[in-house]
Amino acid sequence: MTNYESFEYDVLVIGAGGAGLRAAIEASAAGVKVGLVCKSLLGKAHTVMAEGGMAAAMGNVDDRDNWRVHFADTMRGGQYVNNWRMAELHAKEAPARVHELEAWGAVFDRTPDGKILQRNFGGHKYPRLAHVGDRTGLELIRTLQDHGIHQGITVHMEYTIVTLLKDGDRVIGAFGYDRERGRFKIFRAKAVVLATGGLGRAYRITTNSWEGTGDGVSLAYHAGAELRDMEFIQFHPTGMIWPPSVRGLLVTEAVRGDGGILKNKEGRRFMFDDIPDLYKSQTATDPEEGWRYVMGDKNARRPPELLTRDHVARCILREVKAGRGSPHGGVFLDIAWIKEKMPSAPEYIKRKLPSMYHQFMQLASLDITREPMEIGPTTHYLMGGIRVDGDTQATNIPGLFAAGECAGGLHGANRLGGNSLSDLIVFGKRAGEFAAKYAKENSAGKVNDAQLEEASRYALEPFEREGSPEGPYQVQHDLQGMMQDLVGIVRRQEEMARALDGLKQLWGRANKVAVASNREYNPGWHTALDLNHLLTVSEAITRSALDRKESRGGHFREDFPKKDPEAQKYNTVVWQGKDGAMQLRREPIPEMAAELKQVIEEMK
Amino acid sequence: MSKQVTFRIWRTDANGGGKFVDYPTEVSEGMVVLDVVHKIQAEQANDLACRWNCKAGKCGSCSAEINGMPKLMCMTRLDQIPLDKPVTIEPMRSFPRLRDLATDVSWNFRVKTKIKKFNPRKPDASDGSWRMAQADVDRVQEFRKCIECFLCQDVCHVLRDHHKHDEFIGPRFLVYTAALEMHPLDTEDRLPELKQACGVGFCNITKCCTKVCPESISITDNAIIPLKERVVDDFFDPLGWLWKKLRPKT
Ligand SMILES: Cc1cc2nc3c(=O)[nH]c(=O)nc-3n(C[C@H](O)[C@H](O)[C@H](O)COP(=O)(O)OP(=O)(O)OC[C@H]3O[C@@H](n4cnc5c(N)ncnc54)[C@H](O)[C@@H]3O)c2cc1C
Ligand code: SF4
Ligand code: SF4
Ligand code: FES
Repeated sequence: MTNYESFEYDVLVIGAGGAGLRAAIEASAAGVKVGLVCKSLLGKAHTVMAEGGMAAAMGNVDDRDNWRVHFADTMRGGQYVNNWRMAELHAKEAPARVHELEAWGAVFDRTPDGKILQRNFGGHKYPRLAHVGDRTGLELIRTLQDHGIHQGITVHMEYTIVTLLKDGDRVIGAFGYDRERGRFKIFRAKAVVLATGGLGRAYRITTNSWEGTGDGVSLAYHAGAELRDMEFIQFHPTGMIWPPSVRGLLVTEAVRGDGGILKNKEGRRFMFDDIPDLYKSQTATDPEEGWRYVMGDKNARRPPELLTRDHVARCILREVKAGRGSPHGGVFLDIAWIKEKMPSAPEYIKRKLPSMYHQFMQLASLDITREPMEIGPTTHYLMGGIRVDGDTQATNIPGLFAAGECAGGLHGANRLGGNSLSDLIVFGKRAGEFAAKYAKENSAGKVNDAQLEEASRYALEPFEREGSPEGPYQVQHDLQGMMQDLVGIVRRQEEMARALDGLKQLWGRANKVAVASNREYNPGWHTALDLNHLLTVSEAITRSALDRKESRGGHFREDFPKKDPEAQKYNTVVWQGKDGAMQLRREPIPEMAAELKQVIEEMK
Repeated sequence: MSKQVTFRIWRTDANGGGKFVDYPTEVSEGMVVLDVVHKIQAEQANDLACRWNCKAGKCGSCSAEINGMPKLMCMTRLDQIPLDKPVTIEPMRSFPRLRDLATDVSWNFRVKTKIKKFNPRKPDASDGSWRMAQADVDRVQEFRKCIECFLCQDVCHVLRDHHKHDEFIGPRFLVYTAALEMHPLDTEDRLPELKQACGVGFCNITKCCTKVCPESISITDNAIIPLKERVVDDFFDPLGWLWKKLRPKT
């Protein structure tokens, strides 16, 4: 039997973004031994890139806000297929989690009376996002990191998990390698928390980094866990599109929250042309009212640029398709126009959106205080993910928990901006708490040698395929192109059926890719191993999207463009069958608690 | 419009040594150095090691030396550097080399754990929150912009040339300490360590760190010099220091 270096923990947390760090801190505070694994260096996870803010109904800027409004907004945004228990807990607990960050050293922007300042964002009725300029994610991750390093957590940076270990039905640890040397490691743990983030890398145009390959979702799936809502992918309406090398980079929604407007090449504010019924009563009727809203007039309603992301993204596509787009195939996002309204506009923009100013100046040689930006939709966020219990974040596999972007439910069919960062801290905490509890109540499981052997054999195969015609990058590239074209923002039966065939072929190619050189810090090898995850999640997205024959939130079917009231009653669930093939069912959504139903009625 | 440019990249070999290897590469409008590295990785050298995450100057992963200048590869546009001769890309020199462009920066993470953590005064309100004026947090927010790229550590001669890694925490962690010390809510006293373990005295204010900081943090003027002043004040006038430290918090 091979001798791999081995570590032993009560709770192993996989992923060191906001969710993983918060889970690790909580588990550690509960007095158990905690290990934390992440693919990059500490503090570099996706969370660091989040810009706009985190949603919490503290009511610092508008005292009409409270958890009930936040709950109703989240459900409306998610088009009512959310896990309503999660939406409830999230709305109730987010303010306390944000205050806790302040106790750990976070320094949010302030209101004139010295409280945490909150900003407007799409789909939120009142200004609700606690923020620090447009670098809120950095503040969140650094606060958790700087607090966490004093909590006795053991951090394994630049380690990648390739398989979850099982003893019977239960998850009892994980198996992976370190990037530096490429050596295999065993992590035994009584409970495992997955906090691995999203899967934007399944698409060609995305805001996600190399890490966003859906690892946790795929690891859970292969360990027997159920996935839900995988058809709901968020395409963020405003990504950079020019020059080509920055295509997909996020332009924060805060640009629109702070007064930015969308225009087509004719200069028309096309967002006024199509306002969904669900939002008519909350949306401004003319530009003047929209501007008053941005400036904090409590009697004004939101400008249509702040409608939910799925809708804005589709309106942009409509303009482009109709030939009214910008030179490089997007539309214009204009914040410079506010100089008509305020003399100090350039200073205001630079203060409110410093990193956007910087990003465009440096990467596109464009001064956003003077000129409009060219933008278009980009793959951003996975609403679906691992199916968990709302209170405990436990999956259907004993010993396995999940939190953050890799877990599904809170956001339903569409996530509101700012609801992710708050998701991370609310449910990261809960996952840590209940994983620690589970670890205290259970003894360690037994590692199965055969599973280890199989996992290491599989991982090393790419080195042995000499003479193979293909490296991993080509397969990855073709997969991304196919998902973008066939299972993207606008979907059709026949295209998705083609995608399923395409996936079969890509699996075949992935199983043949060869990598050169040795195991030390070899990105080619890592990309080859990630293909398994990317293909798994792509299949889950495609099958779920094929099954949902309606349009809702992030899932838009050209062949079924309307919402189907019947389809509001279930979630799509996929899992791996005994024969290895992906299974799918429609899981009825449990009846909502009466009190919550009433909240939704009142907020209509 | 595309053209051919040669990139001269540091590649390590199996026995810990290394050499520069030339990669002639097709480049096009708007590309940054990190795009070039990715292109070479995809087309010519699948195993070329480098770190990156955000591609937008937000995560501080892609630090390297481009034509000898410490920079973020993702924020260095090709039209800012001469392309008529080979462009060199090499790892940061102040840290042990791992492979190709990746260096062992673990020392930085160890240093941070030794600095006393944030310790706030009691909350001002019953919901566990505090009141702070924006003007009082501006400076701290400047320091908290740090993306931990460690380029300032790379360029500081105390570390780079004199290898004082055991005695000097470097500009990054002086900024970190300054952020804690100037945090309006903090009640901890880090002054004794500043003199001893942090080695603030090693800094002779060359300002090289400030020049390379991609976040434009005024490392020397706003963080290091005030810390040095506090250390000196404390030495001559411990009560004066105490008064200064307590005043903004009342
Ligand atoms: C550019 C951008 C801007 C955003 N802006 C906002 C915003 O303003 N407000 C908001 O609410 N949300 C925003 N989001 C969304 C939000 O940032 C993310 O959804 C959230 O940060 C995800 O956090 P996480 O903790 O779930 O995972 P991540 O932060 O993605 O972290 C995942 C962790 O898992 C690790 N990992 C993954 N796979 C493995 C493996 N196989 N083995 C070991 N470790 C692994 C990674 O290394 C990483 O540490 C933004 C996202 C992006 C990309
Ligand atoms: S100013 Fe001080 S810390 Fe900065 S580079 Fe010079 S010696 Fe180093
Ligand atoms: S202070 Fe500036 S240069 Fe130094 S690590 Fe932070 S961001 Fe980088
Ligand atoms: S990749 Fe994040 S700073 Fe360059």
